[in-house]
Formats: sequence, C-alpha cells, structure tokens
Amino acid sequence: MIHSLFLINPSGDIFLEKHWKSVVSRSVCDYFLEAKEKALEPEDVPPVIHTPRHYLISIYRDKLFFLSVIQTEVPPLFVIEFLHRVAEMIQDYFGECSETVVKDNMVMVYELLEEMLDNGFPLATESNVLKEMIRPPTILRSVVNTLTGTSNIGDTLPTGQLSTIPWRRAGVKYTNNEAYFDVVEEIDAILDQSGTTVFAEIQGVVGACVKLSGMPDLTLSFMNPRLLDDVSFHPCVRYKRWESERVLSFIPPDGNFTLMTYHVNAQNLVAIPVYVKQSISFFESGSGGRLDVTVGPKQTMGKTVEGVMVTVHLPKTILSVNLTATQGSYTYDNGTKLLVWDIGKLNPQKLPNLRGSLSLQAGAPKPEENPSLNIDLKIQQLAISGLKVNRLDMFGEKYKPFKGVKYITKAGKFQVRT
Amino acid sequence: MTDSKYFTTTKKGEIFELKAELNSDKKEKKKEAVKKVIASMTVGKDVSALFPDVVNCMQTDNLELKKLVYLYLMNYAKSQPDMAIMAVNTFVKDCEDPNPLIRALAVRTMGCIRVDKITEYLCEPLRKCLKDEDPYVRKTAAVCVAKLHDINAQLVEDQGFLDTLKDLISDSNPMVVANAVAALSEIAESHPNSNLLDLNPQSINKLLTALNECTEWGQIFILDCLANYTPRDDRESQSICERVTPRLSHANSAVVLSAVKVLMKFMEMLPKDLDYYGTLLKKLAPPLVTLLSAEPELQYVALRNINLIVQKRPEILKHEMKVFFVKYNDPIYVKLEKLDIMIRLASQANIAQVLAELKEYATEVDVDFVRKAVRAIGRCAIKVEQSAERCVSTLLDLIQTKVNYVVQEAIVVIKDIFRKYPNKYESVIATLCENLDSLDEPEARAAMIWIVGEYAERIDNADELLESFLEGFHDESTQVQLQLLTAIVKLFLKKPTETQELVQQVLSLATQDSDNPDLRDRGYIYWRLLSTDPVAAKEVVLAEKPLISEETDLIEPTLLEELICHIGTLASVYHKPPSAFVEGSRGVMHKRLPARTGSGEGTESPDVGNVAGGSAPEAAPSIIPSQGDLLGDLLNLDLAPPTTTGPPPPTSGMQMGGMDLLGGGLDSLLGGDIGGSPAMGAGFGAAPAVMPASLNAPVGGGLGDLFDLGGGVGMPMGAYIPPKTVWLPAMKAKGLEISGTFARRAGVIQMELVLTNKAMSVMTDFAIQFNRNSFGLAPAGPLQVLTPLGPNQTIEVSLPLSTVGPVMKMDPLNNLQVAVKNNIDVFYFSCQYPISMLFVEDGKMERQVFLATWKDIPNDNESQFQIQDCHLNSDAASNKLQGSNIFTIAKRTVEGQDMLYMAIKLSNGIWVLAELKMQAGNPNYTISLKCRAPEVSQCVFQCYEAVLKN
Repeated sequence: MIHSLFLINPSGDIFLEKHWKSVVSRSVCDYFLEAKEKALEPEDVPPVIHTPRHYLISIYRDKLFFLSVIQTEVPPLFVIEFLHRVAEMIQDYFGECSETVVKDNMVMVYELLEEMLDNGFPLATESNVLKEMIRPPTILRSVVNTLTGTSNIGDTLPTGQLSTIPWRRAGVKYTNNEAYFDVVEEIDAILDQSGTTVFAEIQGVVGACVKLSGMPDLTLSFMNPRLLDDVSFHPCVRYKRWESERVLSFIPPDGNFTLMTYHVNAQNLVAIPVYVKQSISFFESGSGGRLDVTVGPKQTMGKTVEGVMVTVHLPKTILSVNLTATQGSYTYDNGTKLLVWDIGKLNPQKLPNLRGSLSLQAGAPKPEENPSLNIDLKIQQLAISGLKVNRLDMFGEKYKPFKGVKYITKAGKFQVRT
Repeated sequence: MTDSKYFTTTKKGEIFELKAELNSDKKEKKKEAVKKVIASMTVGKDVSALFPDVVNCMQTDNLELKKLVYLYLMNYAKSQPDMAIMAVNTFVKDCEDPNPLIRALAVRTMGCIRVDKITEYLCEPLRKCLKDEDPYVRKTAAVCVAKLHDINAQLVEDQGFLDTLKDLISDSNPMVVANAVAALSEIAESHPNSNLLDLNPQSINKLLTALNECTEWGQIFILDCLANYTPRDDRESQSICERVTPRLSHANSAVVLSAVKVLMKFMEMLPKDLDYYGTLLKKLAPPLVTLLSAEPELQYVALRNINLIVQKRPEILKHEMKVFFVKYNDPIYVKLEKLDIMIRLASQANIAQVLAELKEYATEVDVDFVRKAVRAIGRCAIKVEQSAERCVSTLLDLIQTKVNYVVQEAIVVIKDIFRKYPNKYESVIATLCENLDSLDEPEARAAMIWIVGEYAERIDNADELLESFLEGFHDESTQVQLQLLTAIVKLFLKKPTETQELVQQVLSLATQDSDNPDLRDRGYIYWRLLSTDPVAAKEVVLAEKPLISEETDLIEPTLLEELICHIGTLASVYHKPPSAFVEGSRGVMHKRLPARTGSGEGTESPDVGNVAGGSAPEAAPSIIPSQGDLLGDLLNLDLAPPTTTGPPPPTSGMQMGGMDLLGGGLDSLLGGDIGGSPAMGAGFGAAPAVMPASLNAPVGGGLGDLFDLGGGVGMPMGAYIPPKTVWLPAMKAKGLEISGTFARRAGVIQMELVLTNKAMSVMTDFAIQFNRNSFGLAPAGPLQVLTPLGPNQTIEVSLPLSTVGPVMKMDPLNNLQVAVKNNIDVFYFSCQYPISMLFVEDGKMERQVFLATWKDIPNDNESQFQIQDCHLNSDAASNKLQGSNIFTIAKRTVEGQDMLYMAIKLSNGIWVLAELKMQAGNPNYTISLKCRAPEVSQCVFQCYEAVLKN
C-alpha cells in the first residue's frame, strides 16, 4: 500500500514528507528528481518510476509534484486517484493548493493526511467526513479557538464514516434550503488545416451545490437522457435506477460535489461553435514569415461566443512578431514563444482578425514544425450537446427547496492544426 | 495565524526552547509547542531529542493534543524503543475508552509503532477491538492486523488473528469487509502458499454484496480479490460479471480498471455465442474511453492497460481509433502510448485516417515523438498490406523534408518494409541513396548498408557506395561494421568479378585490424566459406530470408494472459510478469486466464496443474535448478549425436555438429541485421533430413506385438507406456512446451515427445542432449523436427535412445536431465523414465539358474513392497508383466496363495529377481525383490505397480 508521500515544488525542494509505515529516506526522491531533470517540461515527468527498491508514483498538479512511494504491488491508478484526492482536499480546506498554503497549514495538512490513510489504506477521503473530524480553518474559528482553548479536532465519531451513505453527515441544517446544478460541457476537438473535424468529443460534468437540511432524497431527470451512454457517477447515485429509468436518484453529499461526468463522442452530435481561418507560413529564404488568423462563429445555437482566446506556440527560432489585431489584444512572450490573442466576444458582423509578420533569428533555417493553435471559448446558458435537465424532485423532507440549473459550454483541448 | 510561524526560529537553541514550552503548565502553550515539533518533523528536521517531553503530553483529554503526540510517536518510537514503553499504559487505557474514536485511534497508532515491546502489549487490545461492537473500531483493527503482520508475522499467526480476520469477511458492515479483504490481500502477498483468501461461492457472494455498499477504495480491494477467483462454470462467471458491471460507471478510475480486470478475466469463460458476451464487450468500450479524458497520469496507466486489452480483444476498441489521436499538449509519455495503440488498432478500414494523423505527427516538435511516428508508419505498412504503397509514398514524402532524424528513421523502417514485401518497392532505392551522406546514426547507416548489400545487383554503383563507407571502417559502431562486412560479401557473391579487391579489403579489416571478437569471427567464417566452397557460401549468405511478420511487437500469448490477470497493477504498466520485478513478492502466484469450460467442469485439468494453476515454486523441481552445473556437464559432452546404436552415416553427424557449432554465429550473422530472424534455420534445418531411416522410422506397436508373439507366450500384451506428461511448460521455455513419455518398442527405447509452439514466432533448429544418467541413456540420433514449428503448431517426435552413453548415478535413479535447443534458446528440464523400458527381451532365465542366483544374492539385498488394490489373477498378471519384459520363471501355489517367480534383465546387465505373492480374493500383493544392486529395487517396484494397474 502507499508507503510515503512527498510534496515537491518545481525547483525540486521537498517541503513535506509523510510516512504511513516505516520512514523512507527522502533520498528516494533523487530518482524522481533525476527524471524531472531529463524531462523538458514538468508535465512530461513519467508518472511511474521504478527504483531498485521502491516504486515512485507521482502526479503534477497545481505546479506541485505529489510523489508517493510504494514498495509492493499496488494498483497505480489507486495511488494516482488518491494523490489527486490529497490535492483536492488541500484545495477544499484552504481555498487553493500551493506550497505557501501547505506550509502555512503544515500541521493541519499533516493531521489530515493521517486521517486519510492508515497504514497505506484509505481511511477517510470524503470531504464531509474529514471536515467533521478536522474542522477547516476560518478566521472566526481561529479567534474562538485562541479565546476558548478549544481545538479544530472533532471528538465524536464522524457520522458518515459507517453509514451506508458515508458521503453525508447526519443533522445537517440550513435556513435557506437550496440545490444548484451546473452542467458544464467542454469540447475537445482537433481540426485540421482545412477546418475539417479530425476528432471531437464533449466532456460533460454535472456539478452540484446542495445545501439541504436533513436527509433529502433527490431525483434529477433529463429531457434527453439518451444522449448519455457513457457516464460515471458519484457513489451516491443509484445505478439501478439509472439503468432502468434513466433518472439520477441520490441522497446528495452536503455542499459541493460532482454528481456525474459524461462523455459524448458521436461525431454528429458534437457541434463545433467556431471556425478558424489561418495561415502561418515562412519564407523559403528563412528570414521570416507571415501569420494571418481569423475566427468566426459556426454552430452556436444562437448564443454568443465569449472569452475567445487563441494561443499559439511559435517555433523556437522566432525572434519577434509584428502583428495587428482588429479586435482584442495580443501578447507575445519571447521566452516561452507563446503568442496569446485575447479576443473576447465574437461579433458575427465583424470577424476578428490577427495578421502581421514574424521574424526569425538571423541565419536560422525555415522552421520544420507547424505550430498548432489552441482555442479557448465560453458560451453561457448552453450545453452544446443539447442536454437539458427536466426536473428535480425531492423526497424525504418536507420543506420546499430553492432549485436552479446553469449551463455552460467551454473549449477543452480545442486545437487547430496548421 | 498560520503554521509558518513554527518555522521562523531556526536557531541552535530551538530544541531547548521547545523543551521548556513542552514542560509548561499551560495547556495552550503545550499544544503550540507540540505543533511546532510536528511542523519541524514534517519538513524532515530531527526532533527526536524531545521524545520524553512529548510523550509526557500524551495523557490528556484534549483530542487534538493526543493526536499530535501520537503522530510524533509513530515517527520516532523506533529510534527510542525504551522510551516508547512509557506510552504503552496510555495506549492500553485508551483502548478501553468509551469513545469509539479514541479506541480506534489507540489501536491504530499502536500498530504503527514498530517496536517489539509495544507490539507485545498490542495483542490483547487488538483482540478485543477485532470483536468490538462498533464497526469503526473493527475496521480499524482489521488494518491493524496487517500492520502487526508486517512487524511480526509469527506473532499474528500464533495469536490466531488471521482466523479472526477471515471471520470479518462475513461481517455485517461492508466497510469492515472491505478492510478485512484489503488486510488479507496484503498479508497474502508475503505468504505465497497460504490459502488466506480461500474464495468459495459463499464468500464470493458476501464480497459482491459488500461491493455495492462500501467506499470506493474498498471496492478496489474487493474487485482485486474477486479477480483471483476462478468461477466453477460459465453461469457463475456470468452472474459475477453482471454484478460487477455497474462498477464500470464509477467516478474513481481505479475502481473502473479493477472492474475491467474482473470482466476481462471472467469473460474468458463465457461462450462466445452467448448474447451476454456481446453485450459485455460493448459495455467495456465506453469506460475505457472515459479513462482517457482523465488527468494525464491516469491516462498513462489506462493506456498501458488498454494496450494489453487491445492485444487480447481487439474488437472492444476497434471503432474508437479517434480517441487515441494525439493532442499537441499531451505529455510525451501519453503521446508515445497513444501512438502504440493506434498502430495496434490500425486496420484496412481506418488506415487512411491513421496515416494522415501519423504524417501530421511527423512534423511535430518533439524529436522522440516524431521518430516514433515515422516508425509507426512503417509498422502500418507491415501490418496492413493494402496500405503498404501509401505508407511507402508517405515515407518518401518525409524523406523529401530532409529533416535529418526523420530521414534516418524512415530509412530504418523502409528496410523492414523491404523485408516484408520483397521485390515490390525497390524503385525507391535511388531516392534512399541520395540521402546516404546525411546518415549519422548507426541504426540508419546499418539499415542503408543492408539495403545496398541486399539489392547490390540493382544498384549500379553499389561497390562505390560500400567502399565509401569502408573508408572510416574503424570509426563505425559494431552494428555498422558487421553490416558492412556482410553487405560486401553479398556484393562479392553477386558481382564477383569487380569486387574482389573490396571483399579482401573488408575481410582483412575485420579479421586483422579489429579487436571485436564478433566481427573477427564473422570475418573468418566468411573467409573460409568463400575460400573452401563459394557455392555453399552463396547458399548460406544469399539464402532466402523468411518474411518478417507484423506480429513481432506483440506480447507473447502466455505472458499476455498473465498480464490480463494483472490489469491495473504495476505489472500491467511495465508489461512484465510481477515475478520479474516486484521486490518483496516472495513467490508470486502465476495467474492465468480461466479456460472456457462447460458447466460443472473443473477449469484446469489436473495433469497440467503444475503448469497452469499451481504456484511456480512447486512446479520448479521438474526444472533443473542449477543450470550452471548442468550446462557444464552438457558442454563436456560431444554435441554430435552418439554414433553407437546402428550405423548412422558419419556425414549426418558432421552436419549436425556443424550446425550446432555455427548455429549461434550464423544466426546472428544473417539474422542479426534483421532482428534475429531464423534465416539459418531454413538453410540448415534441412540437414537432419539425411538421417538414417533405420533410426527414425516410427516402429509401430504392431511390430512390438509380433516380437512378443515370437517371444513365445503368445499374449498380445504391449509393453506398458506411461501417459504423456508435461515436462517443460511453455512459460519456462519462451513458448516451447514439451510433453512426452518413454516407451520400449521392438527392443528400441524411444522417447516420445510432443513439441508445441506457444510463442508467436517460428521455431527451428531443434536439438536435444541428455546429461549423464544412471543407465547411460543417450539419444541415438538427432531430434527429427524437419519443418520449422509455426506458432500454435504441435509436432510429435519419437527419439530413439541408446544405453551406451556416459553413466552417472542420479537421484532418483531414473531421473533424466535433458537440454533442448532451438533457434531461441537452450532449455533444461528433467523427467523420470519408467525403468521398465530398460528391461531387455532376453530376460528369461533357467529355473535352476534362478534358484541359484536367488540364493546367491545376500538377504540384505532383498526388499519387500506391497501392491494394493490390484484385481488380477496370477495368469493375467504374468501376461501383463511379460509385455514389459518381466518374465515368469515359475509359479507355485501354496495354501491358496500364488507365488510367481520372475526375472528381469536390465539393459546394463543387472538382473533383478522377484517373488510375487498373491492370494485369491485379496487385492493386495506382496512383492519381494532381490538384486545385486539393491538401489534399483524401488524403481522396479514402481514399474510393477504401474504395469499391473494399467
């Protein structure tokens, strides 16, 4: 099982270590640091590293490496999932996941880690349960604690730990009972030079923020559940009812959680909201080149496309760019060779265009690679797959909750090749 | 108010300050001090000097303080065992606390303190906690057993904790069940032969019930445990699959992959025509695709596993090609894996798409990725024949880009395409030759040289091209040097008139100026070949090469099966069996997929038990343990077959010897450039065909009967032949499985072998050799495997044996150590032959001689055995035994008891005399054996038993 955990910052300093079995010397991280040196980008460090006596499984998240040491055969996905849970826990407790935040709350992080694993076995990873045992810091509480001498540690058994619904604590009370659902869809797509879709799919997430008293039993139904053939659920969802009736029936956790994720990859269902006309060319002589990019709306279902942003990784040999944008502004970082064009709202009447010249370093040959464009966009009040929530019913409690659903479509990994 | 303040003081006096604060009277101050200590600990500072002061804070009502002290204890108790004892009392007291949280915390912490003295005190509280009324305490205690086992395994067994843990599998609380399963799995890993997780349909049912209700992590443990179970029949298998399928929709990817493992394994048992089978196949694709939209690290592990799944069941993902398309900001490790899977999924239907993608990738920035993409185009050409032309033109396009590493990769793969489709694309050679100068990597240079040598007759200036390489011969890497040598020899054989000078030059460079033994040896071999028999040289060097197969990069099926059973584990990430690399997994069980069987049948037939299901260490005795020694012995022997029984023509002996001598060298010589292909096999495999017919003609059982008839008694009772057993399992021999038996037919001892090729590649060049053995058994001729043995092909061979080989006493006496060689490797195994095959036909003895000999042999040499449960009358027994050359000399009947006196002569002239007592109605016989060499008695008795009972 999971033996130890090290948190490492991008420059290779270990700033937290936790051992759930015997202590493993931190020199074990040297193998990892070596691999990190070899990798071009921090993202490229292989997640599973084999050392003579241990296995190192790591994730890179929020600019931090979470590195776990294992000694026996353990499912790597189990470890990786757990590491992501640790990152989420830190985010959840302290609002962000960064080296500073961890250092500022070192003892609490340590206590939390101790609660999350016992001898390498996960013990309590549900945020609800954890929060009952170790209360998250708030300004008010720290003041109260210093005045009264009480602690952040709960001294009763968390109620969720053992019930068959470990994700919900008992005795939840709210004055305003409300349940909000966010349907967020991300389009992952690769378009080729001519604008034809090479590959497209939608990653959907139904996030929820449920603040309801007692033990509400919710049923969420969709207008067109047929769209969803590839789903994964939060453990609270009753799978049998989904199988038979295509409705989500569940007793929700308290607070924010991801109810469901889904996946639509039938090509005809994935609408591409924008088109991109581009040409990036370099002169044969090798002294420079031209860039010309135009973005326009395509299948937007009558909604406005906002927050459009085009990112281009230009070849290493580019020295400078001289461009004009008809809308929005562009920035170019010569260190990372990253060109970012922030367009904002798309106006169908007047299409935004960015054009101008690129100059190469003196004597550099014509670049071999074709830079890809990365597109960012946002469409409010639209789930591009067409998914719609039909209704939400509540059983088990008497009060009338306030309900709301929000839709948003975003670009995920949306790439245009040149 | 943040914890960073704890790091502000880093002066030397820090420890003193903390000490004072820890001993403060104020509760708050104490707690703050402990927090500071913990903070220092988390960043790896040594604060062990504060041990007594921290432990003093332990007895408190404040739960937070208690927890903090516990955290400290866990870290430092090991270094201060004597001090740690101070804590025991508090622990024991806490284990009795009315608050279950504190009880659980105490037992949990105690388990983490790896100090013997503390663990002794842990037993009693742990026993109570395992039976605690509160499930939270029980589930914590279950994990604690695993901790204790890690510290002191013996103690856990002595205290009977394992049984209590097993009982917890039937606990009413699913969380307790899950933790018990997790603890047992961990313990079982260090206990290879224990049946800790002895699963039966009842316990399976309990696990499946708990599966629905426990936490996501518990589900992983339970699913992994289920995967070790082998259902009794397809119905049970289906019902388990049905109950596991909902897990595929879990948000936790580890749960999903563990569920996939269970399904992939149990699916194996379902009949393919079953509707459910098809449904299940369809259900597997979406969750696998979903895994690919997770974080890159998860994707990587998922991709490594999908790689296995695609090889085992390509139909699952055959329509999902597009999800494996590479995005430019994928991490490199994800890109490379996706590429691999794309090639595995490539088929005629999607090849156009795939090629377009690959061409796109070839213009990316990342050099490693670009190289792999170019290679992938080559692999597509080899895999999908219809696309070959497209691939070649794509590669030519890429060569036109003149990007150095792209050109080099392209040339390497074009060489492979030539091997696959000879005489089809040679028109491109001219284009390749244009790029000769830009090649600076050994592999690309070697590939180009190979092409020039291979097609020397079509390249007008081949000699010039090769000569240009020759100039810097000594600076080249070995790979290139070897290739150059071979290429020039090829060129010489094709155009002998113009290139004599060149070949002499390269031969002298290779043999005289080089320190590399490989190069020198190859040089000499060519030299001699060319100087003694140019025609033979031509046959050898220009032999037609077998086509390369597209499956060369597939994982061997036996390994694949094992890996499928390990989906989701490290083994599946490394594509190696767990035994190959996991440290501390003492004796990992080899897992195999269950066989497809009908209802109510066992899944593995017992006679292959030691190959399949059984744990590997148990099977080991049949494989000779100390290979080194044996190898030495074997090498001492002459590798040529013994020329004793019958007159095998010396020429064939020469051929064989020659083959063995050259085998390795020539293989690497011709095969090396193309990846170890069995090129030589084709050439030399034919040699043994000239073996004398007298030896290899299969002598049928009919002839044996005739002999028996001639022998006088007139009962057509054949000699006893034991059933065939597996001697060398495929897993131990890179896919070669050997089973066999021994028989004596018409006075000739024969070893009857069944060779099965379970690997992907063709096997050739079989040869066999015995170690010295008790009766001097040796092959009387070479192993007659005339045709190369293709994948999944089986061949039966019978090998005549002589008994005039070198003698060495073995233990057991009838043990025979065998080495079998093929083009892949040499394998060793040992088997036991029935001694009855050494009983010769002239074993009859005069009555008087028998009597005299019986008296002559000292009574000490007599041994008595019982044969039980045999229902034959004396005549039938006598007849049966005669079939195996055990001759009845006399028969007496005394008081209803039949006494048979029998004589046996062994091939080495030893006589064995026997007295068989049998009473009518009593199935138990008594046999007394007398022999001057009493060691053989045991073996002879075994033969009696085998003959009489069969």
